[in-house]
Amino acid sequence: MILLAGLCYRDSALLRSEFVRPVARVVGRLGVEWTYCHYSRLPDGAGDGYDAVILCGTALKDTGYLREIGRFSWLPEVPVPVLGICAGMQVLSLVHGGTLRPACEIGMEEVRVLCKNPILPPPPSFSAYELHRYSCVPPPGWKTLAVSKNCVQAVSHPELPLFGVLFHPEVRNESVIERFLSLANPGKEKGGGWGQDVPPSGDGQPVLPGDRDE
Amino acid sequence: MPGDIPADAKAWMVISPCPTLSVQAVFQAGGRRQVKVGVLCSGGKDSLFACMCAMQEEEVACLITVFPDNPESYMFHTPNLHVVRLQAKAAGIPLVAWPSRGKEGEETADLARAVAEAVRRHGIGGVVTGALQSVYQSSRVQAVCRDLDLWCFNPLWYTDPDEYMEALLSSGFDVIVSAVASEPFDRTWLGRRLDFAALQDLRRYAERYSTSLAGEGGEYETLVLNAPFFRHRIAIGEAEAVWQNFRGILRVKRAWLEAA
Repeated sequence: MILLAGLCYRDSALLRSEFVRPVARVVGRLGVEWTYCHYSRLPDGAGDGYDAVILCGTALKDTGYLREIGRFSWLPEVPVPVLGICAGMQVLSLVHGGTLRPACEIGMEEVRVLCKNPILPPPPSFSAYELHRYSCVPPPGWKTLAVSKNCVQAVSHPELPLFGVLFHPEVRNESVIERFLSLANPGKEKGGGWGQDVPPSGDGQPVLPGDRDE
Repeated sequence: MPGDIPADAKAWMVISPCPTLSVQAVFQAGGRRQVKVGVLCSGGKDSLFACMCAMQEEEVACLITVFPDNPESYMFHTPNLHVVRLQAKAAGIPLVAWPSRGKEGEETADLARAVAEAVRRHGIGGVVTGALQSVYQSSRVQAVCRDLDLWCFNPLWYTDPDEYMEALLSSGFDVIVSAVASEPFDRTWLGRRLDFAALQDLRRYAERYSTSLAGEGGEYETLVLNAPFFRHRIAIGEAEAVWQNFRGILRVKRAWLEAA
């Protein structure tokens, strides 16, 4: 079972359908079982019992996950492979001691692969879909796997199967998700679900970044 | 309670984007702070289905349509854009109409002006598109939204085409084919209603000719005549099929609103 964590500022179907459903579609097409949970409802120990965790991205304007980084205190303890996508890579990097720097990219960019690794296409490069305002300065000791002309595009933990990709692999690079899942050795039970197995709802509502008073 | 959204409706919508909810339910979906949005509308199925998705989460303040002079516009869907005015009336949603010369280098700037006008007139905080897989279009809309500090929502982005088409046909949309641009689509498709028989043909084409099921490759364009949130339906009084070199357009010459 794969846990797909939603990082959108609120658990909105409109954003979920854009940033989680395409990832779920790739996972489901491989016949791998998955479940979805919004980050605001993930308690300590959230990764236990899953074969892998994928932290999905969110909208360009959305920075709610950064304001609530404390809600990801469970992440460093996750005992299974983790793939952070875009906002997910930023969160993964931050909770392991990395930092962010402004770097906006929108659309297709050339990504240069710096070293052979288990999840990216082979060197020298590939084209990827970007939608982000920030990139990561990786945590101390982490490997930089790939870069674009502007910023770091993929990182990994030096020993554990923890990966971050800044580009969106669900768009034109689905093989990245497939390779990641092959590391996780998940149970093959077709289908998935939006929240039937998730922990109970948390008490607070996520912050609404940039929301304006109408 | 009539009009209430089923407890799991939103989650269900995401798996199979089929919000077969009543119009009342759409308007009762509030209860928390919403983003006022403008929906980029071409008059086709994707933008109006995306509009319906947006109505369940946010406040749809206007439709936004760029009217290009150039029928070969890269960015904007062109056949029968004038029908969007009727669609806006049918839905009871204001339309922000903006002209464009439809030149490749100027289209993004035209779009930005149209969206800025929607911000000025309606105070929108976000834009909704019906983008399916076009990185070309989507990237440009995202860039416009970034520059104007707006949210950008793409509820059909990389959706499963088969599930989407099923959802579209099951949820009460009345859609016809308004243009075709590749083999094996022939002139019999012009004006053809998208129903389950048509979907079966589209599936056969997708399998045999590798055409895209939802037309995201531009193989065909559509025109929405009725939608679950329309108060009136659009009747076509006169239309002309124009055919040339495997490309065809159904030009709607006369249309009006009638009781839904």
